[in-house]
Amino acid sequence: MTVRLLEGSEAIAEAMVAAGCRFFAGYPMTPFTEVLEQMAARLPSVGGVCMNAESELEAVGMTWGAAAAGVRAATGSVGQGLSLMQESLSEMTFARVPAVILNMARGQGDYFQATRGGGHGDYRHIVLAPCDVREAVELVQLAFHLADEWRNPVMFMGDYYLAHVQETVEVKRIDFGPVADKTWALDGSTSGSGNARIVSPIVPTKRGAGVYLNYGQYLETIGERVRLMAEGVTPMVETLYCEDAELVVAAYGTPARIVRYVVSQLRAEGLKVGFVRPITLWPFPEEAVFKATRSARKVVVYELNTGQMFDDIRLAVRDRDIRFIGGVSYDLDGFGIAPALTPNNVALRIRGALNSIPREVA
Amino acid sequence: MNHIVRTDLPPDQPAKLIDDFAPPLILPGAHALCAGCGEPAAMRSVVEIIDEMGLTKRSVAVFGIGCYTMFSWGLDMEVMQALHGRAPSLATGFKRVKPDSIVFTVQGDGDMVNEGLQEVIHSAARGENITCVLLNNGVFGETGGHMTATTVLGQRTKTSLEGRNAATHGYPIRIAEMLAPLEGVAYVARGATNTVGMVWKTRRMLQRAFELQQAKAGFTFVEILTMCPTGWFIETGEAPDYLAEKLASFHEIGVIKDVADSKASEAQTESA
Amino acid sequence: MSERSIISRGTLVIDIDRCKGCDLCIPACKPGVLAMTTSKRNAGGYLYPELSPGCTACHACALICPDFVFQVWKYDQPVTTTFDDTEDEAA
Repeated sequence: MTVRLLEGSEAIAEAMVAAGCRFFAGYPMTPFTEVLEQMAARLPSVGGVCMNAESELEAVGMTWGAAAAGVRAATGSVGQGLSLMQESLSEMTFARVPAVILNMARGQGDYFQATRGGGHGDYRHIVLAPCDVREAVELVQLAFHLADEWRNPVMFMGDYYLAHVQETVEVKRIDFGPVADKTWALDGSTSGSGNARIVSPIVPTKRGAGVYLNYGQYLETIGERVRLMAEGVTPMVETLYCEDAELVVAAYGTPARIVRYVVSQLRAEGLKVGFVRPITLWPFPEEAVFKATRSARKVVVYELNTGQMFDDIRLAVRDRDIRFIGGVSYDLDGFGIAPALTPNNVALRIRGALNSIPREVA
Repeated sequence: MNHIVRTDLPPDQPAKLIDDFAPPLILPGAHALCAGCGEPAAMRSVVEIIDEMGLTKRSVAVFGIGCYTMFSWGLDMEVMQALHGRAPSLATGFKRVKPDSIVFTVQGDGDMVNEGLQEVIHSAARGENITCVLLNNGVFGETGGHMTATTVLGQRTKTSLEGRNAATHGYPIRIAEMLAPLEGVAYVARGATNTVGMVWKTRRMLQRAFELQQAKAGFTFVEILTMCPTGWFIETGEAPDYLAEKLASFHEIGVIKDVADSKASEAQTESA
Repeated sequence: MSERSIISRGTLVIDIDRCKGCDLCIPACKPGVLAMTTSKRNAGGYLYPELSPGCTACHACALICPDFVFQVWKYDQPVTTTFDDTEDEAA
């Protein structure tokens, strides 16, 4: 393995292959398209299958089928395409089918879709949000591990920048430890045995199996899984300069890199600014965000939307004064390049927030 | 003459059991489908053919959503339960990673020709080595009897109360004929379960379809017209004739495509 | 005195209580030896089929029945049933 200059899409594809992903299905859509291209190029050479599906609906369906066979499978799209997939994403979760779902988003408007579950019913996906290609290469591999560990879909939140920025990165297979054998996976061998396997989002038992759950009872068990995941998945967060910060800035994903840079610059000037970056958007690192904002007089949230992670930060910081300093900003094509995302702009907004903190007149 | 034979116990003369109540692959217990429903006979035929062909231990069924979904819990076979219309994509993903398995979908006309039209056409065009089984009764049975894309002109349903007419409701789709011209399609046939003769015919069609799947010849498709007296608002005893007169006059019974035929005619033209 | 003999090659066990009275087995039976009861009803309240001599074990009834009501047996040796019609005429 060597360090190479790779575009994010390519690095993510390489990392998926390194993690053992052997099935990928997708429908072209900017800025997800290049991940599909890379997987189409790479998978056949490792004995895998990449399908250019005829719609997002079919892409997620094919991924469901491959994952039910016990293969590490993934699909992806952009927020709009994921909207199309939502019925399947909900029901795959009820069917307890492990898969990795990539959102190479246009901007940051899909936070609610990802963390609240954009589909019907009571379920959650584990959501991982890297801020750069190096982190993406680790987190996408972790995604497969968590999906198998919890038998639940895991969402990988990327964006245009992540897909198209080139960084020097070494794609190495990470060993996260063993996961349970997939004895539940189908291969035909238990047909006719009196104990045939079933993968179903309705009630996955056979008549006469001695276990009978009605639909409501079955959905309760899914709710129980959510509780177990919320407790069992370690929330991840990055914090910087929070111990004595008067103002803490929260951000996630690639825009958080700009925010982090600005915060470091302002610190160098002597301003007491801190930075917190949730990495697992679900389970949300509530406790860590709470601790990071104890010294702060004010918390601000920067995201390229009209305020979505803002809700979770507000819940986490409880009694702190909180303000939204982000906003929607798009290139003319709407692909998610934000003209407003510049260090100067971000610095202006942070300074503005600092200045609005009431100070005693000496 | 009123001599009734005792039928509550097995015979007291030496005899061989030819047919048990249900085939071994159908789990015991009531299936809650309506009186006179044509779907159980179709399901029975599908699993009996698979068993006869020795394919059981390689087979996975992918169910759509409809009345027949009850069989996903009622079959002693590995099952993936899909969403309405989505069985072909699940079957595709599974078969692509497990190419030596036998994969078939079980879908109704509402599931396959309404909600899932795109999926079945694309799977057929790609020539996926799966067998799609369509249980066509010309209605959405599970929701109570509503019009689907295969409901025939003149057929009364809750959303075509005066009978389907072209001006208001448009024309029905013959899905089997639509799929047949696609090059990835190896076999298309339409049978029924309204008479025993039709059941036998349909079983031969299913056998051929699974043979071709084993031979990796491409996409195979067996449509089975089934009775739905509830959705047709008629008596159970009238349903077989209704099927023959109303449905089968439009959705015609027969083998529509068999890849062996085209190969045979190619060989003929070559040698000519 | 008239006597008739009917040969049965097979016979059935009928799970009466699973029947939903749909009538499909009646026209399916080639020898025509199945007839629905006219007043006797099963546990579900349905009329159900009864068998007369003459079954050929063709298992058409089993193939067509939606409720898996029939178990079909083939006798090792065909069984002859003899009817003494004078008894019926007298009755």
